[in-house]
Amino acid sequence: MTGHFLKRIGAISAVALAPALAAAQEAPGYSVPGQFHLQRSVTPIMDSIVVFHDGLLMWTISLIVAFVLVLLLWVAWRYNAKRNPTPAAFTHNTMVEILWTVLPIVILIVIAIPSFGVLSDQLTTPDGERKYLGSNIFSFGDIEVPAAELTVKVTGQQWYWDYEYVDQGLLFTSVMLQEGDRQASKPNQPRLLAVDNELVVPVDTTVRLQVTSDPTGVIHAFAVPSFGVRMDAVPGRLNETWFNSRETGLFYGQCSELCGKDHAFMPIAVRVVTKDEFANFIAAFEAGDYQAANATLAAVQ
Amino acid sequence: MTDAVNLEAHATGHDAASHHHEPTGWRRWVYSTNHKDIGVMYLIFSIVTGIIGGLLSGVMRMELQEPGIQIFHGLANMVYGLGGPENAIDAGKHMYNVFTTAHALIMVFFVVMPATMGGFANYFAPLMIGAPDTAFPRINNIAFWLLPPAFILLLISLFVPGGSGALENGFGGGWTIYPPLSTTGHPGPAMDFAILALHVAGVSSILGAINLITTIFNMRAPGMTMHKMPLFAWSVLVTAFLLLLALPVLAGAITMLLTDRNFGTAFFKPDQGGDPILFQHLFWFFGHPEVYIMILPGFGIVSHIVSTFSRKPIFGYMAMAYAMVAIGFVGFVVWAHHMYTTGLSLDVQRYFVAATMVIAVPTGVKIFSWIATMWGGSISFKTPMLWAIGFIFLFTVGGVTGVVLANAAADRALHDTYYVVAHFHYVLSLGAVFSIFAGWYYWYPKITGWMFSEFLGKLHFWVMFVGVNLIFFPQHFLGLAGMPRRYIDYPDAFGLWNRVSSIGYYITFVAMIIFFYAMWEAQKKKRPAGDNPWGAGATTLEWTLTSPPPFHQFTTLPKMDSTSAH
Repeated sequence: MTGHFLKRIGAISAVALAPALAAAQEAPGYSVPGQFHLQRSVTPIMDSIVVFHDGLLMWTISLIVAFVLVLLLWVAWRYNAKRNPTPAAFTHNTMVEILWTVLPIVILIVIAIPSFGVLSDQLTTPDGERKYLGSNIFSFGDIEVPAAELTVKVTGQQWYWDYEYVDQGLLFTSVMLQEGDRQASKPNQPRLLAVDNELVVPVDTTVRLQVTSDPTGVIHAFAVPSFGVRMDAVPGRLNETWFNSRETGLFYGQCSELCGKDHAFMPIAVRVVTKDEFANFIAAFEAGDYQAANATLAAVQ
Repeated sequence: MTDAVNLEAHATGHDAASHHHEPTGWRRWVYSTNHKDIGVMYLIFSIVTGIIGGLLSGVMRMELQEPGIQIFHGLANMVYGLGGPENAIDAGKHMYNVFTTAHALIMVFFVVMPATMGGFANYFAPLMIGAPDTAFPRINNIAFWLLPPAFILLLISLFVPGGSGALENGFGGGWTIYPPLSTTGHPGPAMDFAILALHVAGVSSILGAINLITTIFNMRAPGMTMHKMPLFAWSVLVTAFLLLLALPVLAGAITMLLTDRNFGTAFFKPDQGGDPILFQHLFWFFGHPEVYIMILPGFGIVSHIVSTFSRKPIFGYMAMAYAMVAIGFVGFVVWAHHMYTTGLSLDVQRYFVAATMVIAVPTGVKIFSWIATMWGGSISFKTPMLWAIGFIFLFTVGGVTGVVLANAAADRALHDTYYVVAHFHYVLSLGAVFSIFAGWYYWYPKITGWMFSEFLGKLHFWVMFVGVNLIFFPQHFLGLAGMPRRYIDYPDAFGLWNRVSSIGYYITFVAMIIFFYAMWEAQKKKRPAGDNPWGAGATTLEWTLTSPPPFHQFTTLPKMDSTSAH
């Protein structure tokens, strides 16, 4: 019920934000100029985050701020020295004090219910049985997510990413394209986000991500906003997270833990392709190298 | 009763000393054991460091005004003489990180803390509790005089080799100084200087905290029980405990960092069995109370101002006092909400979500009690009151985004983005700093004996209110859209809100010029303020003294009768 209500609120706000969202439709994998909302979701986890934030948190905090602002304006208008020359002397009102202690607790509990649910979803890699909340964050979960079929190990380096298809034992490196190279080879991809070798994964497939950093390196963080994924890459630790994209396309993220001078210049580019395309890609990779595999896909412009 | 007896004895001792010892010239300041003189020195120190910290952020905002690198390669070229900005790109990138780091460390340790717990707490906590001075005047002296050397150490750190590259002076690993970036990532001595700076500043704060706790527990005027003590004194007491318990943890953590760097230990080195995440736990065990250290004295200041200018006693005094105690206490058990993305287990994250959200309740009590204090009052909108109301509103904005971030599920999308930058600047740069300006304008007449220009004070407020909101509100949008923090350059899509944010900085800069002009004007005109310029609403003891107060006050201790309000 409540979940549907929230969806409706989301739909209403979507109408209000229609121009911005329309722009978002055209460029799904990263933010658009002037964007003031979360990036577009293509995974069940990001669906949850978007509904949780836009449908519940955003409204709650906006109403609280509006409430406090109205109260401040009201007391400023009603109880200024001109209008109210003689101040009252009361210092207590048990009823109000109980109210403003209990009401926030109630609000926090309402927030906590989906908060815990979404958090559990984020940190539980699908086994095929467990149901996920998706955008219905007040439910017990009705979204089916298949068990992980592909494992990708991500290693943060100063300042680029190493990727490994763990089960296939295939490795490659992904480095940001310098401006000249980007204009020459991928002119339609955004500056500071385009890379030489994208991480290629299949659509509608649960991908297990193992995130770490070079043992002698520093901490980085792997983040792809459209997937709702963010995980620190810590030397000596193997962190696990997951995503399951329902759309093909290119999705961008950026390193999210200060890692030195080129922190801003080690983007993450994930290319989601159809399952067939991915099968061809990985077969070509096993037979040759990343370049050969990448040649099986349409070129990224 | 024993309290009063002790106080009597103490006061007599001080009284006798004061008759033949009132130093002048530089001795008055360097050798000072006078809480008011030391308070004034803290405030001046904080203004000087505030100018430096503010200018650092200005260069950053100029850099971020447009996509691409505009400023820092040129700056680096000037510093290193590389024959042209195009050769200094890498040095410039490092320098940007050094600026963000220095801005944060200066603002936290050398601006906000000296202003609140150094300046206002030293000056006004003893006055408000009717004490002749602090308990340990000599400790007070050394606590202050440790700060300039600490600051100099931090400044030295900017100019000695830091990063692993050749032209990378200064430490650029962020104020959170996470290893391995602060160990193997910065082999140069810059990090060691920064560690020493923090150590010395930490010792200063711990000494100050001990002094204030002892003063407040033992030197209250006869009849002033804890539950009659003004809320500012309460806020200082709670803050001093936070300092006392949190700073040693930081000291331990950075000492381990120091030995990891120099003496072959491996506390945080993963390749030798250490754990970088351990440092994050230790750091945030200090770091989270630290943010309350910065804001709690502001709570106290704002309470007095709201009550004074509403001509109405503070609403819900006991709830207000114990809300601060609760915030201080809970503040110690929420640290890992800064670490939701480090790979903490589900159960641990659940706990920290729940514990963190609890803080919203006492914070809400405070916000609503301030409004209830105004309710039914007879409010005059003098300059300090404008800043206090501004504080309440801006702190509310920063507080609610804190509730958003408290949810690990939402933090997944916002962690280490500009949303976080917006959040903590709303509570600190807008919250804490507004409370500092509120306190400054409230007590300026008391400290100097002069009245500032109401017009200039109000102009300063309005220009700054517009400016800081313009800086930080759009940063929420940037964070939601996914812009990570600590970036010298960003994808072009983030250009619009970054430009708005930079324009906000220039407006804030104008506001600061108005502030300095207002202070210059006030000391030029020397309009006498009188003992109590704020009227009947100002009920605390400092207003019973002359402006400025005598060199030694309360040689006869004031007696609080049973009816006096706090």
